[in-house]
Amino acid sequence: MIAELGLAALWLAAALAATQMVAGFLAVRDNGTSELAKLIRPAAITQGVLVAFSFAMLVWLFAITDLSVKLVVSNSHSMKPLIFKLSGTWGNHEGSMLLWVMVMGFAGALIALVERRLPERTMNATLAAQGVVSLGFYAFLLLSSNPFERLPTPAAEGMGLNPLLQDIGLAFHPPTLYLGYVGLSVAFSFAVGALLTRQVTPEFARAMRPWVLGAWVWLTVGITAGSYWAYYELGWGGWWFWDPVENASLMPWLAATALLHSASVLASRDALRTWTIMLGVVAFSMSMVGTFLVRSGILTSVHAFAVDPERGTFILVLLGIFIGGALLLFALRANTISEGERFRIASREGALVFNNVMLSAILAIVLLGTLYPLLTEAFDVRVSVGPPYFNPVGAIFAIPMLIVMGVGPLLRWRQDRLDRIGKEVALFGALVLAALILASVLADIGILPLLGLALGLGLAVASLLPLRRRKLSRTPLATWGMVVAHFGIAVALLGMSSESAFTQERLAALEEGGRTSVGPWSIELQGVEPIAGPNWTAMQARIAARYDGGKASVLTPQARNFWAPPQQTTESALLTRWNGQLYAVVGDRTPDGRWQLRLWWKPFVPLIWYGGLLVGLGGVLALIGRVITDIRNRRLAVRIAERRADREALA
Amino acid sequence: MNWRLWVPLFAFALFIGLAAYQLTQPRDDFVESRMVGQELPYFDLPPAMEGAEGVANVDFADGQPRLLNIWASWCLPCIAEAPHLEALKEQGAEIVGVAIRDRPEDVARFLAQHGNPYVRIGRDDLSEVQLAIGSSGVPETFVIDGKGVIRYQHIGDIRESDVPVLLQRLAEARQ
Repeated sequence: MIAELGLAALWLAAALAATQMVAGFLAVRDNGTSELAKLIRPAAITQGVLVAFSFAMLVWLFAITDLSVKLVVSNSHSMKPLIFKLSGTWGNHEGSMLLWVMVMGFAGALIALVERRLPERTMNATLAAQGVVSLGFYAFLLLSSNPFERLPTPAAEGMGLNPLLQDIGLAFHPPTLYLGYVGLSVAFSFAVGALLTRQVTPEFARAMRPWVLGAWVWLTVGITAGSYWAYYELGWGGWWFWDPVENASLMPWLAATALLHSASVLASRDALRTWTIMLGVVAFSMSMVGTFLVRSGILTSVHAFAVDPERGTFILVLLGIFIGGALLLFALRANTISEGERFRIASREGALVFNNVMLSAILAIVLLGTLYPLLTEAFDVRVSVGPPYFNPVGAIFAIPMLIVMGVGPLLRWRQDRLDRIGKEVALFGALVLAALILASVLADIGILPLLGLALGLGLAVASLLPLRRRKLSRTPLATWGMVVAHFGIAVALLGMSSESAFTQERLAALEEGGRTSVGPWSIELQGVEPIAGPNWTAMQARIAARYDGGKASVLTPQARNFWAPPQQTTESALLTRWNGQLYAVVGDRTPDGRWQLRLWWKPFVPLIWYGGLLVGLGGVLALIGRVITDIRNRRLAVRIAERRADREALA
Repeated sequence: MNWRLWVPLFAFALFIGLAAYQLTQPRDDFVESRMVGQELPYFDLPPAMEGAEGVANVDFADGQPRLLNIWASWCLPCIAEAPHLEALKEQGAEIVGVAIRDRPEDVARFLAQHGNPYVRIGRDDLSEVQLAIGSSGVPETFVIDGKGVIRYQHIGDIRESDVPVLLQRLAEARQ
């Protein structure tokens, strides 16, 4: 019954999406005079409620492990801990697509509820576009990936969940990313709506900005969490692998970052109109292309958990309609959007445009690197593109971007002179140079980590400079957001560079009681004993680690064996100090009875994720600031209108 | 009409075309060895069981093309391909075996049960030779020409339909 309720709610939601689409387009055509226009907002809101209900039903099915439902049988197990039963809901293709449409429905409902700044006609067009996109994904879900499908006869027991996915980080990492991916659908709908009505104004950018900010914060947090998850769960000691799926999350982030900055230019200076529209289309397109690459299985990836060519074809058709349609509309209409305000190169806009171009170039590089194997495979050549391509080629554009990032926020809008901020620029330059020289004399490290360290240090200081000579209590939250986010980029950059410059690794085969060392740590393998968890057994090593001969701390890495399905995984153990992390993995036993240990000392590596979180925090601050300003403006507008009405009444 | 505005659509059309083409392609999960077309690397393996001869790369450079069969007694598809190896031998192919991570008594038992098509059998306990010639699993069969150059790689067990193909490749290697 629960499954049928969920499915019925899903069909109803799809019908409402269709209503929203038809009513929206008719309203745009008839200039809002059509009676149908009144249907649009309620349809969007009800659709959000229905799809949320449908998702809740699927969660319920997983919570009670209903073994008559195919999806539960193939992805869950009655013996799994409850939290992982729940996360099993979205740890598979069908469930994650339902999560996708739920976020989309929720976002649509939210715009319909709270967005009042846009002209009604653009609003109708936006909701119509949102309806089209939602309808496509409902069709995909209902026609080719029904999550509520029943089995003819209930199974006796479920077939488990990939043990790698039994991790609290994974329970929350995909939903976070999805909020980001799908949140960008709002920017896409806004862009398409504005193209349809040709109303690309600063008001439009102000209306769109909080939505992009929100999606961008989720993406930032999701990517940061995913990177940390891969770092400690996969046991390879790396934090970024340039895997297609990672790239699939990085590309929308890059586009959204560029969009955020160009929307700021449009909002405050009425420039970059077509460029902002383009980025609005591109950001969500990147989310969809990423999903397609992962789900269709045409690229091989460690994340490939739902490979099915038929579904791939379906998503490809959706992509063709959505992105192709939006780009066609762009090509036809962008000409008719009048050019925005002009500005000088040495100005805030100039710096933002420069960074926009650099971000887009990095996006193009990542996209090319991700698609390249697809291209060469068409000519029967198999390649895999990895760090040797992405790191240096990305750096070519990232380095100028980081330099401009240090200086840009200090410039004034419209036009400025670099010599006005000469002192600040000199400070930034001197810091970077000093760090470059110091680091290259003191340590023997590669050129990229060296540049990263120097730029990270300079940027960390430069990013705080916009706060100088300001009353901190009166500085707008949005400015705080920018400062915190830029500072976060500097922090993350320092972490990445330090990790690749100073990591030390040790592979050792130790008997119980044996000793080794890695970096400043002395390590003793005290013992290895078997332990049992709810659905696994493990060999757990007890390792005593001393930093510089100090007090011993104990690490307990495990080699786990799951039995449903049978699979072996490694659980790394981490020891965090203020200046870095010790990372330990235990492997197999050698024939002569010794245990293989793999140890890393990674100085300052946690800065990568602290930096990522700071970037997210900056986004949250900016979002709160924007929303507060918006509410205040609305109240003000109401008061002015009241006063005018009073005056007219008196007269 | 501003042509630059059409660039994104055009680029996207290229992507769709490429992706659609790739989706229609049958998935090919085999990874061909990069050593095909190259000379065998140096190796010298001890015999895999009593009474057999070991295998070295120099054995292949005597002008006679041969099949090099990578197998193991613990490998189930190897049982399935045993009769077809036998057929190849009957039709004049000279087959050299390399047993991967195996024990002499198991090798002997396997060959007693399923027939012994090999003129020599080497013992590769650490998969060193297997990896050096770019084989990623068992069973695999390589065609080696008279100069010791790898001419062809067959991945997976040999089926009945593969027998004429391998004979053909051997004949080509003779030229």
